[in-house]
Amino acid sequence: MKLSREEVVHIALLARLGLSEEELEKFRGQLSNILENFEVLQQVDTTDVPPTAYPIPLENVLRKDEASPSLAQSEILANAPREEEGCFRVKAVLE
Amino acid sequence: MDYETTVGLEVHAQLLTKSKMFCRCSADYADAAPNTHVCPVCLGMPGVLPVINQRAVEYVVMTALALNCTIPEYCKFDRKNYPYPDLMKGYQISQYDAPLGVRGRLDIEVEGQKKRIGITRVHLEEDVAKLTHRSIPGEGSYSLVDVNRAGVPLMEVVSEPDMHSPEEARQYLMKLRTILQFLGVSSGNMEEGSFRCDANISIRPFGSTDSGVKVEVKNMNSFRAVYHALEYEEQRQRRVIEERGRLVQETRGWVEEGGVTVSQRSKEYAHDYRYFPEPDLPPITCSRQWVEEIRSRLPELPDARQDRLMAQYGLSHYDASLLTTSKAMADYSEACVKLNAEVQVEKRAKAVSNWISGEFTRLLHATDIQISDSKVSPEHLVEMLDLIDEGTLSGAAAKTVFEEMFHSGKRAKEIIAEEGLTQISDAEEMKEIVARVVAANAQAVADFKKGKEAALTFLVGQVMRQTKGRANPTVVNKLLKEKLEESA
Repeated sequence: MKLSREEVVHIALLARLGLSEEELEKFRGQLSNILENFEVLQQVDTTDVPPTAYPIPLENVLRKDEASPSLAQSEILANAPREEEGCFRVKAVLE
Repeated sequence: MDYETTVGLEVHAQLLTKSKMFCRCSADYADAAPNTHVCPVCLGMPGVLPVINQRAVEYVVMTALALNCTIPEYCKFDRKNYPYPDLMKGYQISQYDAPLGVRGRLDIEVEGQKKRIGITRVHLEEDVAKLTHRSIPGEGSYSLVDVNRAGVPLMEVVSEPDMHSPEEARQYLMKLRTILQFLGVSSGNMEEGSFRCDANISIRPFGSTDSGVKVEVKNMNSFRAVYHALEYEEQRQRRVIEERGRLVQETRGWVEEGGVTVSQRSKEYAHDYRYFPEPDLPPITCSRQWVEEIRSRLPELPDARQDRLMAQYGLSHYDASLLTTSKAMADYSEACVKLNAEVQVEKRAKAVSNWISGEFTRLLHATDIQISDSKVSPEHLVEMLDLIDEGTLSGAAAKTVFEEMFHSGKRAKEIIAEEGLTQISDAEEMKEIVARVVAANAQAVADFKKGKEAALTFLVGQVMRQTKGRANPTVVNKLLKEKLEESA
């Protein structure tokens, strides 16, 4: 299955990636290759197999509702490109 | 043309857990400085792993059971992807196709009619960070991110589109909130944002099978706002259909100041959340035994309590439903009734109910205080009621006394002594006052004799004024009639 150019543009937008024309073509080929590999898997007949979301047989891993101290504000903001009033300052976002 | 309105509601309620949904940061961030209830899990740092808060799961199962939902055997969490800075990870952990509760119902009462509203699903997710938008002249606009709220357990309750008026929607919300409060799983505070509501509303010609165009309304921060926003939308949609023939499917925001909804069409492309099973969290199996164990621990719910208040204390349906609008109020009134075992239960319950739903509620609303935080304890209220019963305090003066109790926290006896509000029980003293009032109001007396009943009410009022409400109105009435007849 070959992805269309529009599909790659849409995926790039969702991933917040700005791609040049060349990159669009390059990733179109690479992503299409990945999909083709999955097409091989799709040949297996799974009619009677329930969907599996988890390969490891684990369930009900829960913890008690207990609070413990968080990190200091200065540590939390250590990687912030910009901070103001104890908050991360980011580009304007509109609802 | 006549139109029919269809409303479905999505409610998000923060759960009252100690810690967050997937980490051990405190979930009580109300008075915290920004970004002080945050850890690497909240920030979605590489390599961190979320772990499910057991109590949050239990709270959602409790709610789902209280709403008569089925609890599926198999539940799981999913990633909902969207790029927005209120999500540090770039996705929200939510539940997509295997929620904790499905297919329930909630009964509401509108204008005396019982109505059943379907519950589509109840699921668990995490709250997001708080954004504050700033705009500075010359510097442009930007946003500030406080991550304290991110990761707080958030329960979503989705209703079927079974409501057909703004009033039904409001009743549904109030009932749902009361249930959450009775369960103790959420504070249900809408103004503070711990209980939020989005509405889907459409209209269609009566009898039509066409489902109409659905509009989603957001930003409603009170029950009043939901009611007014839906009322506004009903009218707006009708106007648009009649003027332009068709509506657009869109999201609109309620603007409180203007009393209008405005379009929020900012996203050019449709939502593409790309849900997939959360690989960091194993699924949850709800064994039947565990579900039944939770069911057996459910507290008495509002409907059951209302029925019991009627059966046990002889309260009317109306009184019982008012007292069960909040758990605190129901607890308070029952505490009052139980305090003095010597008075007749029905009579006392009625008196308690009248005070709580009348004067008390009025003062609570006016001062924005919760009944459980009031200075008037059940003991204080009962003491006052006992004073009325034994004739020390008149009903009229009690209003003054209660208001003082409410504001100062003093006991009724103290206030009565300080202000000299003991009911006048001396018959001679009363007769004198009545005689004075009759003598001073010749016109009213003449009117009464001409058959004007209202003149008597006026004279009673004058006596009450003279005595600062310390007289018993029934006695005043009787004495006045006697006096007027004797002078006839």
